[in-house]
Formats: sequence, structure tokens, C-alpha cells
Amino acid sequence: MSNSEAIPPALRLFSEQIRAAGVDGKALAVGGGGTKAFYGNGLRAADAQALCLSAWRGIVSYEPSELVVVAKAGTPLVELEAALAERGQMLGFEPPHFGHQATIGGCVAAGLSGPRRMASGAVRDFVLGIEMLDGRGQLLRFGGQVMKNVAGYDIARLLAGSLGALGVLTEVSLKVLPRPLAQTTLALPMGQAQALAAFDQWAAQPLPISAAAWVDETAWIRLSGARAAVEGAVRALGKGLAPVEPALADGFWTSLREQTHPFFTLPSASASPSSPALWRLALPARCAPLAPPQEAGVAPATLIEWGGAQRWLQGGVEGAALRAWVAGLGGHATRFRSHHASADAVFSPLSGPLLTIHRRLKKAFDPHALFNPGRLHPEL
Amino acid sequence: MPAVIDPPSLTDRDTQREPSVAAPHSPLAAQMPIDAARQQDVLSALRAVLPAHCVLWREEETRPYECDGLSMYRQLPMVVVLPETEAQVVAVLRRCRELGVPVVARGAGTGLSGGALPHAEGVLLGMAKFNRIVAIDPLARTATVQPGVRNLAISEAAAPHGLYYAPDPSSQVACSIGGNIAENSGGVHCLKYGLTVHNVLRARVVTIDGEVVELGGLAPDAPGLDLLALYVGSEGMLGVLTEATVKLVPKPALARVIMASFATVEAAGDAVSAIISAGIIPAGLEMIDRKGVAMVEPFAKAGYDLEAAAILLCESDGTPEEVAEEVAHMQAVFEGAGATRLAVSRSEPERLRFWAGRKNAFPAAGRVSPDYYCMDGTIPRKRLGEVLTAIEAMQERYGLRCANVFHAGDGNLHPLILFDANDRDELARADAFGVEILELCVAVGGTVTGEHGVGIEKINQMCSQFSRDELDLFLAVKHAFDPSGLLNPEKLIPTLHRCAEYGRMHVRGGHLPFADLPRF
Repeated sequence: MSNSEAIPPALRLFSEQIRAAGVDGKALAVGGGGTKAFYGNGLRAADAQALCLSAWRGIVSYEPSELVVVAKAGTPLVELEAALAERGQMLGFEPPHFGHQATIGGCVAAGLSGPRRMASGAVRDFVLGIEMLDGRGQLLRFGGQVMKNVAGYDIARLLAGSLGALGVLTEVSLKVLPRPLAQTTLALPMGQAQALAAFDQWAAQPLPISAAAWVDETAWIRLSGARAAVEGAVRALGKGLAPVEPALADGFWTSLREQTHPFFTLPSASASPSSPALWRLALPARCAPLAPPQEAGVAPATLIEWGGAQRWLQGGVEGAALRAWVAGLGGHATRFRSHHASADAVFSPLSGPLLTIHRRLKKAFDPHALFNPGRLHPEL
Repeated sequence: MPAVIDPPSLTDRDTQREPSVAAPHSPLAAQMPIDAARQQDVLSALRAVLPAHCVLWREEETRPYECDGLSMYRQLPMVVVLPETEAQVVAVLRRCRELGVPVVARGAGTGLSGGALPHAEGVLLGMAKFNRIVAIDPLARTATVQPGVRNLAISEAAAPHGLYYAPDPSSQVACSIGGNIAENSGGVHCLKYGLTVHNVLRARVVTIDGEVVELGGLAPDAPGLDLLALYVGSEGMLGVLTEATVKLVPKPALARVIMASFATVEAAGDAVSAIISAGIIPAGLEMIDRKGVAMVEPFAKAGYDLEAAAILLCESDGTPEEVAEEVAHMQAVFEGAGATRLAVSRSEPERLRFWAGRKNAFPAAGRVSPDYYCMDGTIPRKRLGEVLTAIEAMQERYGLRCANVFHAGDGNLHPLILFDANDRDELARADAFGVEILELCVAVGGTVTGEHGVGIEKINQMCSQFSRDELDLFLAVKHAFDPSGLLNPEKLIPTLHRCAEYGRMHVRGGHLPFADLPRF
């Protein structure tokens, strides 16, 4: 057994749990606060043992002048964000919590980004380094604390969004951003087609747009940056309307991020013949208003985010038809939330050489297929 | 062809592909000779799938490919192929896989870590003919390009639409986007606009088995693992790029540069931290030390302060109002940090002149020294002063001058060691000086390469930066894409034996890996 790392005692327990599971052939359900448990496929193994990181918590180091924060995986997201806010900084990808027990490790493993994603970047764009336990119980470090780091393959970024399939995150180093000096939100009444055209047009200009969404016949634009830039943009885009009152604006963007906005309430399970679900569509830029395949002649309700690149559909849509249709547009679809488990996989399928590479990577990191089997993909 | 090839166990891996030494492992080593009989076999296989003008083998034709920008390592390839279509790339890789021939891909050959150094038993796969800009979509703000397209050519093509491609390595007039993707290149503006990995949406890659995979996509968050992030910076080891889609960003209306002088390098380093602490993300933040200034000023005539211990170039871009606000803020911070002189560019030509010195550091070095060795390491910004002082002391010990120009905003150092390669002792000392700088970078919490890549140059230092378990996982990742180990072998990841020979094993917590392995 290779012993190239002196493992801290608390992590040694996890390492032993992993090695024992490997010997017994027992799966491990890796998690933190359980706030993203709804997301992804169900685990392939019914009797998976829990491996919970929520007790392994705390900010290890935070250097505002370096734009870096290093935290143990079980650190509550609320605690991390409060520490950053105190120094006028923030996580650029504006992650959803989906519950107050959300941890930074789970946040990185889930790879979900909030309203700021198209302006600032995704979770993986801010990952500088990670420490992890692999499927052999070995403690490994990749990346570091500096953004300019091309030594070796980018395993740190690979772990973002991997839903625990490759290993157990124990520590993450993230780049942070200064909070904007000024921020204003505009709410402009317009239809979907007009909103999408406007979003495309504005994105091609040097405007300080940090978020762009559309719901209920209203386009919402958040402007963030230097005061002069924000004021200039308000004049250019605002059509003379008063900006949204700040507390209401914050409330709106939070309701999108946390999916507490009324749009996201799943209709009752009995309301539709098929299992109702919240579908997430990811689309290329310049994608016009959608006419997705309908079920029972009822058009699903739509909420648009990320200037059009992320769109939510509520209501009964048939999975296979939707996936085929979205793929034709150059995008992909995720069954994000639903009342019932479904035989249909949550994510768009992988096949061919791409799937082969995935299988080999899984084998390399997790040779005994212990970690969250099936969650990211039925075969992984 | 089997659908899934299980990786060998970790203990097998190092003995499985013990490299016959097929390229120089140090600048002082001689080139490996070409095996003529083998060359004929490889040639006849490749001539069956490529037009004659795409296959080169005579020494006078292959000599131009014997090195990249790291000219102290040279090796003639066995054969050079210059395909023109993706189908030809697929055919070449399949043939090479069948015959067990190593393949080294090359873009413009400007790389600084020997990533495109040929293999004596291998094919040098030149992608320069893949030089088409396939499409510019101004509303979607994307450019779809072939790998041989020059970095600057993308921005030139996007300019009529008020857009540009942000990552701007200093070699951008010559370097290829394929090479940028292989190295995850940065550049002056990456602090604000990101590295190559932040600006690429999609990569179309051919594996050694001749299969085409699409990584990433035009829609965000492609399903599955983020293989695009893994591919960017993989130094030609996982697959050959045949097309990519990159992000374009709107050109700012205005940009201004402040040139700030400081009496000590520590003060300059502290000023860099002060800028970031003030919540400013400059478009560019570069430092040049006194030796660097003395070297570049007669050449570029940029108006640099020859008296200063170090100067900072700090750029703001955006709308005129934004820039005015930000420049005032930056000036206030620099004054607070003890700047001895401040100058702000008043016009676009003046701004370009301020940058000319920094961007022309290499030609300037070439003017004052027969050879120079450009290092590349990254450290936490707060250790800048300390590291520069240590490098000053090393100059004394090695008896060689070293100028420093670099991306201070993200702690990415480029010490330029000046020497004469014709003097073998100077060559050896320059090499050793470089090694010591890199190890210092790791020791203060940084990395051995910020943007130039590991290639052949820093493969030994990987033994210092990573544990054996970590290096083994890198080998397993490589195996997942290239089980045959034929793509750019002996670059990037050192084997166990190499680390043992080099003697710089990473020892963490007092535990020596494989304690029973004999040491040489």
C-alpha cells in the first residue's frame, strides 16, 4: 500500500472506510449536507454506505489580496460566503444552495452555477486546486492556490461537476472575485422573442450585464460594475423606467438561484398523466424561442436564464422526444427535478468513444466503482 | 479493436513502456540517430494514406522541425507529415497506432517547453495547414477555427464586428490556437479575461485510435465529465485537435496604461497586492525589474524609468467613464504604495509604446546576449519580493545575469537567464539556475509552470511538485485517452524510474514512496 501522504487522523477514517468498502465490494454514497441529493440519477446500489463530509469543515486560508480561499469540503456555503462578503468579495459563479446545510464540497461536486454564470464563469472556471481521496483511499492534491498553473492534467477542474463519481473532495481552493462596486436591476416588460433578441444584441456590446433572465412577460437585467458603467447602461437600456428597488431585485435573483420563485413549484403529481418534471435545457447562443414537443397539447411553461443559454421547462414533456429535439438545436436537456423516479436517465446519454474514455477514467480514479455508482451516468 | 481497454495495474505501468531513450533528456545530450530501415517502413505506410507532398523525410526537409521555441533541445523526427484534412489525420493516427509509431503534434512551433520536440522513432504531425477560420458568429460571439490558425488572426478576423479573442500570449503574432489549447496559454490580459480554458467552448479531437470526439459544446455545461477542461493544457498527449470553437469578447472602447516606478522590488510587489486588495482587477498588470528595463528600453524606446528598481504597467479598459474612474483609483493605490513616478498613457499609440518594451522582451534579450533561457513559474503574489531577491542572489552564485519581466497580476514569473550556449559550462549553469528558480517557486507554494507547459523541459521538476500517487493518476488519465502511450511520449509526466534517477522525489510527511526501490 503506497503511503506517500501523511493523512490527517480525521481523514484517515474516511480512507479506511474507502479501503474497507473496496475489499467488501460495498458502494459509498458520498455527500455533505444532502442539499443536492435530488439531483442526478439514483444510485445503482440500494445498500450504499454513507460517507459524509459535513464534519470536515472550516476555512483553511483566505487571502483577499491573492483572490484565493481554501476551505475543507464540509464547510457550509453560508459560512464561506459570509467570510468573503466581510472582505467585499464573492464566489463568481453565484452557486445555488438549495438548503442551509449546503457545503462547498457539494457545491463544487454538483457543478451548478447561478445567474452570474454567463458573465463570470462556471464553477470549474474558479477551481484552482483540490485535495481528494481516490478509490484506493489515497489522499491526492491537484492544482494549488494559483490560477496560472499548467503543471500536469487539470484534474482539479475535472472534479467540478463530477457528482462524486471520481473521488471524495476533502478540500477546495477557489478563486474569488471582488464584489461589484455598483449594481442595479432593470425589469422591462416584453415578450419572449423580443427578450431573446435583446439579450443577444446586448451581449455583443461592452455592457456590464451580470445576469439576464425572462419570466412572466418580463425581461430582468442585472447591471454590475463600476458606477459610471452601470449608470451608463441604465440610461442606454432602461427605456426611462425606474430601476427595481434593490431589496426586491436581490430577492428576485435569489429566488431564481434557489428556485424558490413560484415558477419552480412542481405541479401536483396528479395534475398530469405523465410524471411532471422540471427540465433544464442548455442551449447555444442565439437560440430563438422554443417550441418544444408538447404533451397533451399543453405547452410547458418557460423561464429563461443566462441570456437564453439556460431555460427551464415546467410541465409534462416526454423525455426522449425533448432530448432529440434539443440535440437538434445543438443543446442538451436534464431532468432536473421530479416527483417520481423514472427509468429515463437524468442527463443526456453518452456513447461511443466518449463513453469509453469516461469508463476508463472512472476505472483509473475508482477501480472498485465505490463512489456514487450510477449517479452521473448509469455505467459510471 | 476492443471497445474497452482496462488500464494495467499501477505496479505494471512503469515497466510496461520503459522508453528507449529517443530524444535528448537534457540540453547537453546529443540527438538520437534515425533508424533508416524503420523509417522506410513508416514512410511506405504513410505514403499510402497521404499525398506525396504531405510527407517529408529527407534531412534538409525535416531539419526545420527539430525543435520548437526551446531551441536548446533538438531532435530530428523520423518522418514529418503535414496533413490537410481531418480524414488524413485520422488515417495517419490509425497507421501509427498499428505500427506502434509515436506521434508528436506541432502547431507553429513557438512553444517554450519542448512540447513539440520530435521523437527519433516517431512522426512529427505538423498541423500548420489547418489554417482556416471556419466561421465567425458575431451575435453568438464565437469563432470556429482550425488548430493552425494564429492567435492574433482570430482577433483580426473578429475586429470588423467589434470583437476580439482575449488570451494574448506575447507570441500571439505567430503562435497557433491549437498550441494555445495544448498549453492552456495565458498572456497579459488573462488576469481579467481568463486563460485559454476559460475561453474555449468546444474542441474536436482525434484519438490515437483514429476516433473523433467532441469535447464541450456550444451549449454550456456539456453532459458527463468536463473532458474539455481536462483536454486544455494536456500538451498533445491525449488527442489531436482538428477544430475548436472559442469565445469572442466585445472590444473595450478605451484602454489606458499606467507606468509606475518603485525604489525597491518589495515595494513594487506590495503595490501589486494593494491593487488586488482594493478590489481592482486590472486588464493587465506586469512588472519589469531594473535589469529588464535596461535591456528593453534601448530596443523599444518606450520611455521606461531607468532609475527604478522595478516598474509596473497597469492597464484599465472599458468605457471612457469606467476607465477614468478606474485609472484614478489605481493611481491613488500606487501613490499610497510609494510609487516614485507615475505616467498615464494619453493616446492609443502611446499606450502601445508603453507595452512595446514588455512585449518585446525576447528580441531585446537576443540583442544583449547570444542566448537566453526564459523561465516560467507561478508563485503567490505576496511572495514576489522575496522570490525576486532570492533570484538576485542566485545570479551571483551562477555568474549569469537574469532579467525579470512578468505577469505580476497573477504571480507568473518569467526570469530571463542570459548566457552563451557555445560555452558548455554556461549552458549547464543556465540550466541549473533555471531548475533552482522552479524549485523555489514550488517551495513558496506555487507551481513549476504558469503557462508555458511542462513538455520535456520541466518533466524532472514534476517529481518535486507531485507525489508518486499523483503522478500515477496522471499516467492513468493519459491511459484513458491513449492506452498505447504513443501521443507525445516522454513529455509532461515522469515515470517512477525517472524520478528516482533525478533524485528529487517528493517526500511528504517523512514517508518515502516505494522505500525498497533501489536508488541510483
